[in-house]
Amino acid sequence: MDKIRASLLKKSVASKIERRGKIISLSCLALIILVVFLIFYFVASRGLATFFQNHINLWSFLSGIQWNPGTLGTNGQPAVGALPMIVGSFLITICSALLATPFAIGTAVFMTEISPRRGARILRPVTELLVGIPSVVYGFIGLQVVVPFVRNTFGGSGYGILSGTFVLFVMILPTVTSMSADALNAVPRYYREASLALGATRWQTIYKVVLRAAIPGMLTAVVFGMARAFGEALAVQMVIGNATLLPHNLVSPASTLTSILTMGIGNTVMGSLQNNALWSLAMILLLMSLFFNLVIRYIGRKGKLNNER
Amino acid sequence: MQNENMETTQRNIMHFDPKAHEIALSTEDLRVFYGQSEAISEGDLQFERYKISSLIGPSGSGKSTFLRSLNRMNDRIATVKGKIMYRGLDINSDEVDVYEMRRHIGMVFQRPNPFAKSIYENIAFALRQRGLNDKHKLDEIVETSLRQAAMWDQVKDDLNKSALALSGGQQQRLCIARAIAVKPDILLLDEPASALDPVSTSQVEDTLLELKQNYTIIIVTHNMQQASRISDYTAFFNLGKVLEYAETGDIFTNPKVDLTNDYISGNFG
Amino acid sequence: MNAKRADKLATGILYAVAALVVIILVALLGYILVQGVPEISWHFLTSPALAFEAGGGIGIQLFNSFYLLILALVISLPISLGAGIYLNEYASKNTITGLIRTTIEILSSLPSVVVGLFGYLFFVVQFKLGFSILSGAFALTVFNLPILTRSIEEALANIPDSQREAGYALGLSRWETVTKIVVPAALPSIITGVVLSAGRIFGEAAALIYTAGQSAPALDFSNWNPFDISSPLSPLRPAETLAVHIWKINSEGIMPDAKAVSAGASAVLIIAVLLFNFLARWLGKRLYKHLTAE
Ligand SMILES: Nc1ncnc2c1ncn2[C@@H]1O[C@H](COP(=O)(O)OP(=O)(O)OP(=O)(O)O)[C@@H](O)[C@H]1O
Ligand SMILES: [Mg+2]
Repeated sequence: MDKIRASLLKKSVASKIERRGKIISLSCLALIILVVFLIFYFVASRGLATFFQNHINLWSFLSGIQWNPGTLGTNGQPAVGALPMIVGSFLITICSALLATPFAIGTAVFMTEISPRRGARILRPVTELLVGIPSVVYGFIGLQVVVPFVRNTFGGSGYGILSGTFVLFVMILPTVTSMSADALNAVPRYYREASLALGATRWQTIYKVVLRAAIPGMLTAVVFGMARAFGEALAVQMVIGNATLLPHNLVSPASTLTSILTMGIGNTVMGSLQNNALWSLAMILLLMSLFFNLVIRYIGRKGKLNNER
Repeated sequence: MQNENMETTQRNIMHFDPKAHEIALSTEDLRVFYGQSEAISEGDLQFERYKISSLIGPSGSGKSTFLRSLNRMNDRIATVKGKIMYRGLDINSDEVDVYEMRRHIGMVFQRPNPFAKSIYENIAFALRQRGLNDKHKLDEIVETSLRQAAMWDQVKDDLNKSALALSGGQQQRLCIARAIAVKPDILLLDEPASALDPVSTSQVEDTLLELKQNYTIIIVTHNMQQASRISDYTAFFNLGKVLEYAETGDIFTNPKVDLTNDYISGNFG
Repeated sequence: MNAKRADKLATGILYAVAALVVIILVALLGYILVQGVPEISWHFLTSPALAFEAGGGIGIQLFNSFYLLILALVISLPISLGAGIYLNEYASKNTITGLIRTTIEILSSLPSVVVGLFGYLFFVVQFKLGFSILSGAFALTVFNLPILTRSIEEALANIPDSQREAGYALGLSRWETVTKIVVPAALPSIITGVVLSAGRIFGEAAALIYTAGQSAPALDFSNWNPFDISSPLSPLRPAETLAVHIWKINSEGIMPDAKAVSAGASAVLIIAVLLFNFLARWLGKRLYKHLTAE
């Protein structure tokens, strides 16, 4: 009797271990996927209740400017107009991105093209470190430094869109900078060499060749920063004033989706309209986060196509 | 033309008389595909027990692909068609346990690939994984394997050192020691000496000649001298086909196929 | 304007921008450290907080932060390891795998406040865990899973296939090869990833205010029975962390020395994050050396 032949026909210990291992690791992955679906399910089931149970009109929710869900608004309907928060969220996101982008890209160009040595030795570690600073710390500094500064310079209480913008600017700056630097570093060396060899100056090379080649990567960095700004809760909540009014100017107290959520969830009763309306805000946040994700994907795919051409 | 080629191919591939020779491993109509492209289109070889068979041929001719199919190293990379018979079983069939099969058909690779573990652990690890925990036994196997791979004297005092700190040649011999430690039946080697200096190469060759007493060895090599020095049989590969397979002496002195002649005399291409 | 002048000008502007950014970032760090470090003392680090009078510490919050961090890592590490292994070693390159990767990416880009709100709905309300260490640890796990999975997957992908082939050729299963050969070889970068994610967890607040809660009841540090509600180890007690504490005292504004306490606490947070950063680099290098040499 051939012993080896017999052993070949038996299920080995290894294949039993293999089966078990595969099942274990697949379950871990499945668990993570399940969590994502649970998040969407739970938030959506609460958030949609505003419209299906409390019969709030979707359009009046998105366009209404009065937010006081327990009471009736001037039109006799419950006052659940989310427009002030939506406007607030978009305003600080766009403003902080507009402010941060030139600084971030400038710094990234400096650390990859102008002075790579200093970039690698000082700027890179500092930015990477700052990416990790907790957002409450940004909020605290905003409260101590930015709000008084805005109050003294521009008047008003100091709380408002402008302060929120400054805080988010500093907060997303490191992220956008280091991602932009990655994008610039990914531009092949020979692009630069070819351009310089043709007699272009360094700035012409940077502007006409390097920046152009890195556009998709830098766009991704900016959108990433915007996603972070849009979703940031506590740092913004601490400096924006949290008044559910449409902002008249940049220095009057305003609010964002996240700030009203953090303030409100604990003070409302589960299942009430006040509570459901807050979950609808959370749902907007969730959808926006999906949207930013899609944009980043789209840019990524476009960038790949461009490079292949 | 096409027809003639087929015939010569058939004629020049040796088949053993099963009464006189014990066949350890054989392939029948082996074809291997990477996606759509065919890397092996004709492979019909028998390997005799306790002999060294070498596979030679130009770069890209499919030697590695062929060899890696013999213990299913290509499982998730390539599609394998045809039969590979070992102990009366087709190793690709569902009834054969692939992990058990690989314990009997071991492999040493072209680039040395020791684990990021100590020298001792590199050898003991797989054994322990299969339930051998007797320290005394393990020590013994580690020592004999390293001796067989001709490196015991060099490393016996450094067994707890990381294997990655060894030189390339030492790493490769460690890999051979690791492969024979699990006592395979057949040993497949893919250009095992290509990273070694002449001294280590001849040590590895001596090792293989010694191992021949207990192992069936199939070796891919680019080194003609090596093939003629150590192997009993030689197969010549070209463009995914085995063009000639015969006793090494015959193939090097009296090749039947012109291409084989060109290749071994260095006039190829 | 000729090209040379434009080049000079642009370079000058870039220098200025970079300098400004460095100044902002350094000023930020400097501000926290200058304001905060003088507040740090043994008393500050160990005594409980006082709500209505000055002179309180952050002892309980600090303990809670570490306890939650450890629990969150203990829960999320094995899950991420399993998921990372599946993605890198088993998953075939097809549409489903692509969708799974997208899903994980979506999870990692969710605002942490959304994760916190989900944690509130699911763990606090649905599973009736209340504001507790457990709810907080689970929320942090959700927050940490995608990032850790990603970094583990990357660490595994960096180990060359030749290591795997060596294992397969010895008759080891894929799982044995991965867990006993590939994971140990990838350990330096896995550890770096874990420690970096620990820094993020440590400073996270938005995911915690509605899960671990915003109160830090007094603890009896001589009682280590986890089933006793006053024990520091009790998983069912509410547990305000350091980051949540900073947010809380600043938005409430009843603590008279809220500014000083926040400054001190912020400095502690920053120093912890710095330490995690250095630790990650150091450990990674150290382990790598250990693997490749002696
Ligand atoms: N993983 C792979 N995927 C796709 N094609 C492959 C792969 N490995 C090898 N090939 C192709 O299969 C053919 C045979 O390659 P193989 O490595 O078997 O040749 P070889 O005879 O071992 O060459 P060498 O002497 O250079 O090692 C080549 O055309 C090669 O390009
Ligand atoms: Mg080869």
